[in-house]
Amino acid sequence: MPLLLEPNTEEVKEKKLYREMGLSDEEFKLVERILGRLPNYTETGIFSVMWSEHCSYKKSRSLLKKFPTTGRHVLQGPGEGAGVVDIGDGQAAVFKIESHNHPSAIEPYQGAATGVGGIIRDVFSMGARPVALLNSLRFGELDQPRTKYLFEEVVAGIAGYGNCVGVPTVGGEIQFDDCYKGNPLVNAMCVGLIDHNHLQVGQAKGIGNTVMYIGSKTGRDGIHGATFASEELTDDSQEDRPAVQVGDPFMEKLLIEACLDLVQSDALVGIQDMGAAGLTSSASEMASKAGTGIEMNLDLVPQREQDMTPYEMMLSESQERMLVVIEEGREQEIKDIVSKYGIEAVEVGTVTDDKRLRLTFKNEVVADMPVDALAEEAPVYHLPSKEPEAFKRNQSMNLELPKVKDANKLLVNLLKAPTIASKEWVYDQYDYMVQTNTVTAPGSDAAVIRIKGTNKALAMTTDCNSRYLQLDPKTGGEIAVAEAARNIICSGAEPLALTDCLNFGNPEKEENFWMMEKATDGMAEAASQLSTPVISGNVSLYNETNGTSVYPTPVVGMVGLIHDVEHITKQQVQLEGDLVYVIGETALDLGGSEVQKQLFGKYEGAAPKIDLQVEQQRQAQLLKAIQQGVIESAHDVSEGGLAVALAEKVMGTSYGLNVALQGEHLLELFSETQSRFIVTVSKENKDSFEQVVSNFKLIGEVTSGANLNIKWNEQSVINQNVESLTDQWKGAIPCLVKSKG
Amino acid sequence: MKFAVIVFPGSNCDMDLFHAIESGLGEEVDYVFHTETKLENYDAILLPGGFSYGDYLRSGAIASFSNVMESVKQFAESGKPVLGICNGFQVLLEAGLLPGAMKRNEALKFICRPVELTVENNETFFTTSYDLNEKVNVPIAHAEGNYECDEETLKHLEQNNQIVFRYVDNPNGSVSDIAGIINERGNVLGMMPHPERAVDELLGSDDGLKLFQSMLANWREHHAITS
Repeated sequence: MPLLLEPNTEEVKEKKLYREMGLSDEEFKLVERILGRLPNYTETGIFSVMWSEHCSYKKSRSLLKKFPTTGRHVLQGPGEGAGVVDIGDGQAAVFKIESHNHPSAIEPYQGAATGVGGIIRDVFSMGARPVALLNSLRFGELDQPRTKYLFEEVVAGIAGYGNCVGVPTVGGEIQFDDCYKGNPLVNAMCVGLIDHNHLQVGQAKGIGNTVMYIGSKTGRDGIHGATFASEELTDDSQEDRPAVQVGDPFMEKLLIEACLDLVQSDALVGIQDMGAAGLTSSASEMASKAGTGIEMNLDLVPQREQDMTPYEMMLSESQERMLVVIEEGREQEIKDIVSKYGIEAVEVGTVTDDKRLRLTFKNEVVADMPVDALAEEAPVYHLPSKEPEAFKRNQSMNLELPKVKDANKLLVNLLKAPTIASKEWVYDQYDYMVQTNTVTAPGSDAAVIRIKGTNKALAMTTDCNSRYLQLDPKTGGEIAVAEAARNIICSGAEPLALTDCLNFGNPEKEENFWMMEKATDGMAEAASQLSTPVISGNVSLYNETNGTSVYPTPVVGMVGLIHDVEHITKQQVQLEGDLVYVIGETALDLGGSEVQKQLFGKYEGAAPKIDLQVEQQRQAQLLKAIQQGVIESAHDVSEGGLAVALAEKVMGTSYGLNVALQGEHLLELFSETQSRFIVTVSKENKDSFEQVVSNFKLIGEVTSGANLNIKWNEQSVINQNVESLTDQWKGAIPCLVKSKG
Repeated sequence: MKFAVIVFPGSNCDMDLFHAIESGLGEEVDYVFHTETKLENYDAILLPGGFSYGDYLRSGAIASFSNVMESVKQFAESGKPVLGICNGFQVLLEAGLLPGAMKRNEALKFICRPVELTVENNETFFTTSYDLNEKVNVPIAHAEGNYECDEETLKHLEQNNQIVFRYVDNPNGSVSDIAGIINERGNVLGMMPHPERAVDELLGSDDGLKLFQSMLANWREHHAITS
């Protein structure tokens, strides 16, 4: 039966309709060669989504190869729904980060919400219970009405989904810079827990086994979402709203419980989320990984709307759906398990031995393609790259060093800068306590969740200072990994592995691709040096609006293991009289710093340098000191430098600090030199601390009077009431959100 | 003492409550599905917080019509203890087991944070382990916790000492700072704060544990007398 309204095979070629779907002329010819005939409309659509950057990494694959992906803790590296690391006692942590940038730019609430839903499914499709969510967000400046709207709605979307589904949102980071104005970044990370023996794979093994569909019905939402995510945003992108999916966290919660029940059954062979490119990617990837094929009858696919075509069904990105492969003859067992949760499981196909994805609809074969060509054989591009002119200029630039007239005022302004200001307004809206494991809540260097029934805990963080990457992508890439590890260490954990979300602009622009090359070089080096292999990740390219790219933003999500809950260390000072130490020397590093933005309104010059060997050594020493119990609190020095880090040690507490520092230029107080920590140590542990750690400087004491006093070369330069600092730091974001502008 | 934690579709604090009873209190506890109707083997019914049926309608509205709720009503009528936490409180209101209703929080946003409560009545089945006017630290996590009732009901609640917990610093606009109320008979308590999230010092507070301990102590006392 001819399908009404859809173009026929000849029209797809003659009118070059494949171009609208994202295939180039060469790629279309390649499809033709692979099939030995012209692809029809449905097949063209399927190839175009599977060969989109989002699904195939065709333009970034050469860069991803550089990452170390193995290590003594790694049980599953990149390639499955999420990466898996061993945490001892037969348990493992499962985690991944993923972007939902383009949908969030167009429809921020649903874009962010479905980003959360998708990453949760990646984790429970491995058989793991999702135990924590984190996110990494980038917006333009908060003085723009559109930015405020995006910010409020993205936060509401994350809250709306995460809270309802009952997975705590325990951490994250938010940076505000003008380059993200039209193209905000919304990256969501999920961490799960599993016993080794329950680990699942997304593979369609066993010829003759049954392919079943579980979860929400398929509608027309999100058609071609993966392709949309692989294009630049323009003023016309608002017309792509139908490409944004709508989330149903209630269904997701039912799916989680049903699937975690399913993985206990040995009738289950393989399970995979229908994420980007929906039914198409889950079916072809599961078959390709297992070396099999799948034949599916699309008449059996549960449909929410009438008269859906094969093209629409295969390309829909309706949410909360899973594809599972079941041992032949045991379908009823599966139906019985999921029906307890009010969910239907439907047989839609079988596993075949011919390595083809064959789709039938109304008794006709409507698509017949080799699965490996779809899942594995997308063309790989080695794109040309060129060093941007600004790079050299920045490296040799002599920065102006203005005299700091009022350090008090500068500190307050930095604390009120949205990137540094308290994010309480944000995480107050997230249920960060559900599941009752959250030991360290949002607002610290890393979040910490205990593992019930053990003495262990997990630390987790997301990090990336893209300002450094914009000035020097390699160094910035190294810093992104190092800073994440620093945060993990400060909480008392051993860093285990990382997941990355590479957010970049259009890779076809040579200067952008150069940025990608350098950033991934830096990340790969740091990941090796710090023994934190890359176990999962996601690439999001074309983050541009009307031709302007965002800063290179390769977000690092890292997880660490706290071997004993006794080691859990807080960021804030704990007791009056404790000694305050800075670990690491301070230089005048202003390039890409928050103080540079504050004083000059732009970023220029060289990014802070980082010596990965020094970094590794300092982290190891600090962790040892924490594990020996000689550290009362620990915090890394990042945006805003020592002055801000010292304020962060006491804001929200009833304590103050008396510290004295020396240097050549008062700006050093705000310098963002890398590999530094501030720790407090009780007087009785002074000697033990000084034996374990090197490069330290005793700078002062924790006081009971809630004042932050900082002397610079014997002169008092900062003297602030801690409560008033806290109020200004906490009040900044609510104030900006409410103000009309 | 044997507890039942009711599980509605989409409940998400059921496991936390189960854990609080099993590990925090050390008593026997079962999950009881929303389709069940037999509750007579239990000594107390707990309606968990979080969400139910996604709460796409008014919070707790759909759950209040589920099969198990008829039995919960009978259980309450027999004088046995019923505790509703957060969404469970909303379900009790929707089911008519407690007076009043919930509005959206004054700021129209979800709020999750530890809050300070005052124990206003320490003579109930659920609160005898607390001191009167004791200040306790128990977290809240809700979008619709702005308790509302008419003046007559409020007067009634106050006169009968049915207001069990009040917020020290009202986070959501609740009338008369109400955080938790009990029925006239004293066996059905509804509260927005989550005591099951405050049973372990490691997570910041164990002030919620005394609530479950009160239930156990009072059940034992009653049990000793009647048996």
